[in-house]
Formats: sequence, structure tokens, C-alpha cells
Amino acid sequence: MAKVIVYPPTSMILSDLVSRMGHKALVVPEAVRNLVTESKIQSPPLNMTPEEPKKGLRYAAVDVPSGVRGRMSLIGPIIEESEAAIIVEDPGWLTGCSGCSRTNELVRLLIRTKGIPVLDLSYPTNDDEARVFVQKIRSFLEGLN
Amino acid sequence: MLVTKYVITSSESNILPSDIAMKIYGSKHDVTVKETCMRVTINREESVVDELVKEIRSLDPAGIFIKDRGFPPGDPRRCRGRRGGGARPGFYMIESECKILPMISRALAAEGDVPSLPEKKRPLPPGRLEEIVKEGLS
Repeated sequence: MAKVIVYPPTSMILSDLVSRMGHKALVVPEAVRNLVTESKIQSPPLNMTPEEPKKGLRYAAVDVPSGVRGRMSLIGPIIEESEAAIIVEDPGWLTGCSGCSRTNELVRLLIRTKGIPVLDLSYPTNDDEARVFVQKIRSFLEGLN
Repeated sequence: MLVTKYVITSSESNILPSDIAMKIYGSKHDVTVKETCMRVTINREESVVDELVKEIRSLDPAGIFIKDRGFPPGDPRRCRGRRGGGARPGFYMIESECKILPMISRALAAEGDVPSLPEKKRPLPPGRLEEIVKEGLS
């Protein structure tokens, strides 16, 4: 079972396909859960303590906007943990913690420079494309075993 | 550790969120369930949720999708009632992906050869453009 990071990191379709094919999908909600359900909430409401921007500094310089560093404090450790990646380019609907374009560029760069197997895809627009989309993900994940 | 997962059905699936909720109520598992018009949210220890997810998937393997959620169900930091309305931040992503879920479901259920797609148009390589310009100017 490989740990596969998906981009967009909040994608339901990608994380579902990865987990139904027997691998572990690394997604942002899991990182958020670790923060917000901790027994000691030190910094309500989202429990982002001063430690989080420090973690973000490992991936982005101090003059980079704090939103990028804050997001990287969640996504950066996931990238480090990953053993493979599935990237869907230009989904066109990234919002919330995936809504920062500069962070997304950095995330894609860090994934590509990590040297892990990467599958590049686009979201399907018709049935034929959807079948190819699923088939490519299936073949890629089977190749990781 | 308690985990929260969404169980979302494709719009073409014959299974409704209420069917999934009834399946969970009828199971031996003691989990927190929240049912809405488009999904079911379940919350309990990871091992319990994983086992339950397998049972739920068996209702419609190609039409049921699972997504992780960070906040527990009804958490006041995300609850619309407490925040004064408006969509939850993660809703837009789910809404957008739900539109293509029927296609993904059909693709998962399909058997046989995968169709070959026509190659997409790519931008003209700079070298070829240079040649065209030279030909045009000569």
C-alpha cells in the first residue's frame, strides 16, 4: 500500500479512487482533523498556533504571504510523506484551503522535484474521457504495488 | 482517534442518503450519523468507520464515493446555523465534483476496452513557427 498525494488536495474523486484501489490517499482534511480535534485547543477556533507558520517556513520564505506559509504547514508534511502523486491540472474550482494559486504552484513544484512517480491528468468532460481517466489511475496505482 | 467521513452518492445512483443512513442504523456499529439531502456524514474511531465504509460501498460499488472531513459533524466552527448561514468552505469543491460523479460512476462500472481519445491540439512549437515565418518572408 503506497501513500499517494492527490492534487487538488481536497479532491473527493481522486481520494476515493485511490482508497478504493487499496492505497492510502494523503489529503488535507486529515491534516486539518489533527489540528482541530486535538484535546487541547491552544488557539481557537482552528488551533493554528505559532508553531504552524514555523513549519510553513520550511517550504516558503518569511517574506512570502502568511496564507501560503499557513497552507504549507498543512500540505508540506503531506508532500514529505508521499510516495506517489496524482495531479489534475486546472480544475477551475479550487476554493477554501486549496484556493491559493501561489500555494498550488508551490505544491506542484515540490511534488515534481521530490522525484516520486507522478500521474498528470485533466478532469473528464465526457464518458470516453472518464473511462480513460479511471483506467489511467487504475494502471498507475497497480504499478505502485 | 475519531475520524469523520462523507458518504456521497452519484446523482444517477439508485441509493439515497436515507438508504445509507438506514443501513448504518441497522448495522452493529455505534457511530454518529448526520444525514443531509446530498450526503451522509459518519463519525467514529477509524477502524469502525473503515469497516462501515466497506459495508456501505457494497450497496452500490460504483455509485458511492467517500471523502475525508476534518471537522466533526455539527462542529460550531463549521455549522451554518451558528455561523449565520452561507455554504461551508468545502461545499463548493464537493458541489463541483458531484457534477462529474455520474461519468466516473459509469466509467467504474464499465467493462471492456477503453476507448482511444483523439490527440489534443498542442501549441505550435517555436521552431516550427520560426520556419513558417522564414518561409513567409522569403
